[in-house]
Amino acid sequence: MNASLSPTMSVLGTSALLFEAPGDTTLATQQRIWALAREAETWPEVREAIPGMNNLMLSFSRPPLTLQALEARLRDAWSAVEPLALRGRVVELPVRYGGDGGPHMKDVIDHTGLGIDEIVERHSAPLYPVYALGSHPGYCYLGGMDARLATPRRKVPVLRIPGGAVSIGGAQTGVSASDGPSGWNTIGCTAMAFFDPTRDPPALLQPGDSIRFRVEQVIR
Amino acid sequence: MIEILSTGALATVQDLGRSGALRWGVGSSGAMDPLALAAGNILLGNDEGAAGIEVPVFPMRLRFGVDGAFALTGADVDARLDERPLLPWTVVRARAGQVLQLGLPRRGGHWPASRAYVCVAGGIGVAPVLGSRSTQMRGAFGGLDGRALRAGDTLPAGGTDPEPPIDGLGLVPPALSLPLQADGLPAMRVLPAAEYHHYTAASRAAFWAEPWKITAQSDRYGYRLDGRPLEALEAIEMRSHGIVPGVIQVPPGGQPIVQMRDAQPSGGYPKLGTVIEADLWRLGQAPVGSRVRFIECDWDAALAALAETRRWLDEARRLVDLQRLQPARQ
Repeated sequence: MNASLSPTMSVLGTSALLFEAPGDTTLATQQRIWALAREAETWPEVREAIPGMNNLMLSFSRPPLTLQALEARLRDAWSAVEPLALRGRVVELPVRYGGDGGPHMKDVIDHTGLGIDEIVERHSAPLYPVYALGSHPGYCYLGGMDARLATPRRKVPVLRIPGGAVSIGGAQTGVSASDGPSGWNTIGCTAMAFFDPTRDPPALLQPGDSIRFRVEQVIR
Repeated sequence: MIEILSTGALATVQDLGRSGALRWGVGSSGAMDPLALAAGNILLGNDEGAAGIEVPVFPMRLRFGVDGAFALTGADVDARLDERPLLPWTVVRARAGQVLQLGLPRRGGHWPASRAYVCVAGGIGVAPVLGSRSTQMRGAFGGLDGRALRAGDTLPAGGTDPEPPIDGLGLVPPALSLPLQADGLPAMRVLPAAEYHHYTAASRAAFWAEPWKITAQSDRYGYRLDGRPLEALEAIEMRSHGIVPGVIQVPPGGQPIVQMRDAQPSGGYPKLGTVIEADLWRLGQAPVGSRVRFIECDWDAALAALAETRRWLDEARRLVDLQRLQPARQ
């Protein structure tokens, strides 16, 4: 969370500006981030406005000569935006929890003090709104994970976890859309095609859609 | 048409990167040394953003299927065309059937570099995907089937070429004309990022003052650096947010990772700073095992650096165009 009471802004080199909304991570804040993204994308300096988890990255088409005017404009826009209540599809994903497909389930058990059945129940209960896309093609950042499941990102990122890996990183959960490195704790796996570069749009899901995890199997 | 006869790992088709697809979680990819690729294209009369072959591991051999011009930029390697030694950063004419061999980067060379670029007149003609010909490894699309090149691969290359490139035309590489060093080591400028002040004063001072080694666990996704572990003032657990190539993340172990061209476009580790866009090519050429230094800079200096690389490319284009006007050279 952003512990200050007002949004914070910082630069990512000369390539982008990062805007962090204050307070706890909530859907209401994310809906305002979506609205802010829509507006910022019309600005001449901005190539893309990319929502994250209650934050927004403005990637520059051309970096501004000075930052003050852009930051002021962003602050004003944030004060003025209304939440954009996007309502999309619900996609259900069957998950095999634990076993070889969930190599870090034990780390989540150890950190949370919960048993595997309670972890599976708490993880599969909510309807998870898609807050943002990022990380890798088609990957969805989800909101709404039960806070009791929160487990810190791994001290050393794992070099390769497979596509379909269902993982917990800090207070968030998500599903990998393809093979690659990850610092999250993988508790299960699912089969799904999240991204096809030949389609328009290429990503299956977008902000405003939701995911539900269905328990297919629990491997102890 | 170009046929790959033999290659080391991780040679890929790259252009200057894929932009506009962050909204779907697609990062930029693109050349680790974009200045070298752009310069090679300029020498050949291509658009700066034409696709070339990035070669990080040597030797590599390829055969030209048709007559055409090419240029090797980036690392100064022991290169030969049918056994004839070649100058780097220079336009060379190839005839159909000739074999280009890239050997190891020259030891004790003029500048430490690790990646070579094979640029061809007309560019490598693979189909663009989401607006770019760069290889997107994670997800396997773009470039040649979204993967590294293998022996036996053929690449469409060249095309109609209304302005034939000028044989023998060359450029002084930017490592020589735009040097940047600190205490004799290659250096990159860094803009502090949001979590910069979350680190102890001693860690921050060490970050700027001490050399960092590029470990063997470094590649197009990220460069893992070895040096004094960076200590945060307290544990930082962050929310996932957008990042760009150059962002220097610090996982809990304290050893920084610089996100490079194939990095995820978002992450959740704390960020100490970002290697500025204008200096990413320097880091992209730093060989595994070499050491680098970081130089703190501010917004104005970072923009000035961008302008300097833009001027360098514009000047290269001007030189090439001036040569065209001299009829004796054609």
